[in-house]
Amino acid sequence: MPTPPMQVPPVSTQRVPIVELRNIHVSFGGVRAVDGVSIDLYPGEVVGLVGGNGAGKTTLMRTLSGARPPDSGQIWVNGQPVVIGNPRDAKALGIETIYQTLALADNLDAPANVFLGRELTATGTLDDAAMESATRKVVTRLNPNFKNFKMPVLRLSGGQRQAVAIARAIHFNARALIMDEPTAALGPAETAQVHTLIAQLKREGIGIFLVSHDIHDVSDLSDRISVMYHGKLVGTVKKEEVTTDEILGMIILGKPPTKLTAQELAELRSSGA
Amino acid sequence: MSGPTVPTEAATQGRTAGSIGSLLDELGAALAPVRRTLSYLEIDTRLLGMVVALAIIWTGFDIISNGIFLSPRNLWNLSVQSASIAIMASGMVLIIVSRGIDLSVGSMLGFLGYTMAMIQAVWLPQALGLGFEQPYTWIVTILLGIALGTIIGGLQGFVVAYAGVPSFIVTLGGLLVWRGLIFRYAQGQTIAPLDQNFQMLGGGTVGTRVGALGEWASWILGAVICVGIVVTLITSRRRRRRYGFPVRPLWAEALLGLVGSGAVLGVVWVANSYPLPVNVANQYAQEHGIAVPPGGLFIPTGLAFPVVVMLLVTLVITFIASRRRFGRYVYAIGGNPDAAALAGINVRRTVMLTFALMGALAAISAAVQTARLNAAVTNLGVQNELDVISAAVIGGTSFAGGIGTIPGAILGAVVMQSLRSGMVLLLVDSPTQDIVVGVVLVAAVGLDTVFRRRSR
Repeated sequence: MPTPPMQVPPVSTQRVPIVELRNIHVSFGGVRAVDGVSIDLYPGEVVGLVGGNGAGKTTLMRTLSGARPPDSGQIWVNGQPVVIGNPRDAKALGIETIYQTLALADNLDAPANVFLGRELTATGTLDDAAMESATRKVVTRLNPNFKNFKMPVLRLSGGQRQAVAIARAIHFNARALIMDEPTAALGPAETAQVHTLIAQLKREGIGIFLVSHDIHDVSDLSDRISVMYHGKLVGTVKKEEVTTDEILGMIILGKPPTKLTAQELAELRSSGA
Repeated sequence: MSGPTVPTEAATQGRTAGSIGSLLDELGAALAPVRRTLSYLEIDTRLLGMVVALAIIWTGFDIISNGIFLSPRNLWNLSVQSASIAIMASGMVLIIVSRGIDLSVGSMLGFLGYTMAMIQAVWLPQALGLGFEQPYTWIVTILLGIALGTIIGGLQGFVVAYAGVPSFIVTLGGLLVWRGLIFRYAQGQTIAPLDQNFQMLGGGTVGTRVGALGEWASWILGAVICVGIVVTLITSRRRRRRYGFPVRPLWAEALLGLVGSGAVLGVVWVANSYPLPVNVANQYAQEHGIAVPPGGLFIPTGLAFPVVVMLLVTLVITFIASRRRFGRYVYAIGGNPDAAALAGINVRRTVMLTFALMGALAAISAAVQTARLNAAVTNLGVQNELDVISAAVIGGTSFAGGIGTIPGAILGAVVMQSLRSGMVLLLVDSPTQDIVVGVVLVAAVGLDTVFRRRSR
């Protein structure tokens, strides 16, 4: 079944975030990978989560996707506190993730990957035909040229593999989507396809966390941008209220726009990044 | 499985691998029409290659041995010898596919066989005072054996999955422990004789009772399997039709059904061409008041019980591997363990269960082997782990994980046993046999690796 378009909730003062992360801490050994970060995500909104390598963006998102539960902190979904102990919990709450590595079982075909962990069965046995049918519908919507539904995904192109990973995330009526560097491995045409898709999902009322180390990747698509620096949140800004240079200042220097000196701003501008 | 059975693309786009590569290119070009036909049939080309290799081995041995190798008698014995290895190889496929290994199967088999012998020859009749040759002895023995096998296999699996000790180490320990236990608890005595019903499982004879299905039951089982093949083909075609997917051309479906049924009926025919031994037949004639015609009485033996057990077990395991979630998860874990975990699969539980299943299969093989010997001996199953792993690997199971089929492993077991049995017929000494089997094992995997690399 294709994802039915969701009702876009009326914009009001009482909007409830789909997802709210409050004061999240994650440590690896003695390293504080995520140190007291709070961010939120509203329906139909794209929040860009940016920061340099090792800033803690991916680790923060892994607490939400259930891959690595937080050491402390709270996660709220639709105004209710929840516990996400494993990926299954996250999926049950409508939180889907497209990992940077895509997390595909290379030896299996596209339908098996799309339904991995959520297989359709008929009288206790795998219903491969039904899964292939559903996969054909959702994948063709993403990539009309996709044909190889019976081939191990190992033998597919980068863009086709991406389509399988995205299909897995959007097929199950996701309410919140985490996309970790979704276009890092793609060519220009495929990147444009993903951008179109993000805009479409947004219209359907899905909230999206767009994770990237590259500000140019996310600035076009995001409504708000949260910047992380060395495990801490530098700040969350509305895109139209800041310049690219100011965001760069947050990423590179870890300072919110109000604390940037004129000299630092000039340096950022001249670096041409 | 859905993954590995896809017909390979033309080999021309592969990387060059020296002179072997160019040779394979020519071979590939020559076989292009064959490959086109195969792609219609949607048959695993690797499996077909093994059938061809087996045909060559059989024909070669038959010519050298002046027709002894392909005699019903030799083939019947070959089927019994392959059965106990094939039973275990089907479980080994699942373990290797999920990136593990079980080195302990031979020792587990010995330990379980020994325990089952104790149950039927000592504990039930003497310790519990229930007496020998009770009608329920054999089934109680087997059920207890399978339960124990599941427990000790599951115990090893628990350590592998939850404590994170590599399966190579855990089962290497198991290899020593289970074998050691045999010597501890019976001081290395041979336990014999066994229950007469139990002995039937080994395919041997007790008086006029034979551990085989006999003529008509064999034909009926063969017919049932043929019907099963046809029904499977039809239902899968209907399912695909219903969703409007492309299906095989009708001639391809018919050919598959005919070849499959033909192979099954051929096996039954060979088993039925093997007569009972003369003295057994004569005794049977005497008991039933049948006059023995000149030239002896011809009573077909039929499929041996070990083969029937093997067919049932491998059918069940194939079903689990390809049609159940558990099987899908095993392959997914082998393809990408992280992806499997992120998809919400309980990787640890799945891995533990593959080892538990292996233990249960070792118990079934142990029953077959002890029944055949009519005794439990301390070195039962020694080096069986090597035969079982070889069968799985020759059958196309990859140590990289995620790839391997159960029919392939069965064929692998038959290939291994054919080589051994053929060399025994030709009076090749045992060390030379080992050398040949070793070389064949490495060569088979080497060729497979080259083909696999080129089919990317």
